[in-house]
Amino acid sequence: MTVTADDIETLAERAASGIAFDGFRVAETDDGYALETPENEWTGLEDADLERALEACEEYVTNWRYWQETVGGAGTARRAFLRWCERAPLEDDRTGASPGGPVGSGDSNSPAPEEPLAVADRYDALGEGIDRRWGQLAITTRFLDVDDRDYERVYDIWHVDDADADLAALEVHDDPRAAREIATYDPDGRYRPLKTAPTLATGWAFTGLTGDELVETIGFFYPATIANWHRERRGNLDVDHWLETAQRQTGIYDVVDELPREAVAWMAEACCVDSQCLRRREWEYDEGDDIDVDGGDGPFPCREPCSLVIAAARTWAILESEDEHAYRLELTTSELNQLEELIDAVAEGRTDEIREADVTDGANRYRARYLRAKRFDENGALEATKLDD
Amino acid sequence: MQALVVAAHGSHLNPDASDPTYAHADTVRETGAFDEVREAFWKEEPHFREVIRTVESDEVFVVPLFISEGYFTEQVIPRELRLEQWDPDKWESDGTSASQVTLEATDAGKTIHYCGPVGTHDAMTDVIVQRAETATEKPGVGEGFGLAVVGHGTDRNENSAKAIEYHTERIRERDRFDEVKALFMDEEPEVDDVTEYFESEDVVVVPLFVADGYHTQEDIPEDMALTEDYRLGWDVPAEVDGHRIWYTGAVGTEDLMADVLLERAADAGADIGDARETVRKLVGSATGADGEPSAGTETGMGD
Ligand code: SF4
Repeated sequence: MTVTADDIETLAERAASGIAFDGFRVAETDDGYALETPENEWTGLEDADLERALEACEEYVTNWRYWQETVGGAGTARRAFLRWCERAPLEDDRTGASPGGPVGSGDSNSPAPEEPLAVADRYDALGEGIDRRWGQLAITTRFLDVDDRDYERVYDIWHVDDADADLAALEVHDDPRAAREIATYDPDGRYRPLKTAPTLATGWAFTGLTGDELVETIGFFYPATIANWHRERRGNLDVDHWLETAQRQTGIYDVVDELPREAVAWMAEACCVDSQCLRRREWEYDEGDDIDVDGGDGPFPCREPCSLVIAAARTWAILESEDEHAYRLELTTSELNQLEELIDAVAEGRTDEIREADVTDGANRYRARYLRAKRFDENGALEATKLDD
Repeated sequence: MQALVVAAHGSHLNPDASDPTYAHADTVRETGAFDEVREAFWKEEPHFREVIRTVESDEVFVVPLFISEGYFTEQVIPRELRLEQWDPDKWESDGTSASQVTLEATDAGKTIHYCGPVGTHDAMTDVIVQRAETATEKPGVGEGFGLAVVGHGTDRNENSAKAIEYHTERIRERDRFDEVKALFMDEEPEVDDVTEYFESEDVVVVPLFVADGYHTQEDIPEDMALTEDYRLGWDVPAEVDGHRIWYTGAVGTEDLMADVLLERAADAGADIGDARETVRKLVGSATGADGEPSAGTETGMGD
């Protein structure tokens, strides 16, 4: 029996003030209890009838129990996120910006946002598992005990690229804190200072997490994304634009507000695009003064320049304070083209992919070494002449 | 509900910089004293800017995992947490006596108990002593030993030297070590000349830094002539000028730091139950409240 004596007691107690949740209504009237689901209606129930009626709509009872008793937290980001995970209607979605749908689906190739599911459909789907995508994370919500279809949900997470992998081939975790280590290094073992860089390593899975553990795990993979997603949905995401953030800086970062406006745009193009960051830049140069670079389609809103961008901005603010000069350097046309290819290859992180023997690629290592041997002087610098001093 | 936020520096370049923060926060998690425990960073995520909105608790205790009062604790952290009523005078501190002040975080509508840094709390004195015990693997270490507490120096922040001297004096008053000295990287008395300042043959050197990094793992060992090149490592103890130098690495990596986090929060009104006893059990403390030494659990650093 999945409707417990406890449930009946709690529901009867709360009926006095009325219960209305996910299509399930219970009220206490002069004429006994009244019960309503989208499929059925009962009125004038005495205590003994109430029990039978509740059992006839046990999905609604257990669903109510999960959300009101197990999850709780009315109005919290945690609760909204867990409801989004199983495609339940979001109680406090006031923006209407993305109808029925998560902002968290990730890339522009993902299917159109799905409509929320009513209890009966959700219960069917939870047997199979409901899949969601949060950045590079695939999240599945399912019943702990599929045969019993009891109320209790558990959550699994893995990398979207591992969606078809055999669980046996993945390293399986059940402690949210394991996410910290996974999120620290990219697939090449390099440190990831920006948690929303699209460089999450594959090969792991978290299984059977509780709702709280799921939220904690996401907090380690993508800190504060749930809180800001929730704020965005409710229409109260607070955005600090570039100028405000830059002017707030002190100490060695005091200089960042000197970065010229056009350099802020170059910086946004360098750092805040989908290929580098899963956040969607919502900050502009200033309120009403947009940066002429697309903010990207990332799933998570970026509400102010991050610490990495501020640190980089400091370097650029210092570099941009230099004067420009005209230089003369001798290069063949192909060598000029090669410089472009080199810069492009580094900027796109493509240098590892260039094959050893592919000397047709200007960013090939032998090509670069050849250019250096030919054009650098004995101090290891380009032979260039300043024309204007 | 009450939450603890451990506010630390972190790094864009070095993935290990945040290890002590996570380790101590985890120890506090294990005690169950707080409904929520969060790490927050200046250079990592969650950033100070975002952390308060990630907790559900209305009462939030923020403890800076910093050694001294100064730029970070007085300017950066309160500003980034949006503690708009903040003013350093509210701490009424002489540089080492900040305890806490209660404020509102304006973006999240929560009550923030903004605490003084761990480094200046009295309980930090115990951590320094514990560090000496774990490095020497001698629970009773003291007699026949000198202890050097090492700080950066006054060029960056005058309160940093105050914190070093404060604990040095407190340890000296305990009469446990034959000699106790404060030494610095960038001012006199300098850690380079450590052997000149001690008569004791055995000297434990404890740097009062939060995390191991450039200073504690490269500069100081080379300056003290423990090694010619930090990459080669060094012995604990290492022979220098007829002294045995027991170099411990950053005190902030000592497990007992979790206890200081708890004390800071408790001083600010957090209900921590018997969490302190739990921590002292978890980390095998040598300097419990009863003063009875027990065995340390960690071995020396630097190899
Ligand atoms: S500032 Fe740019 S790089 Fe940093 S988190 Fe936001 S979108 Fe990403």
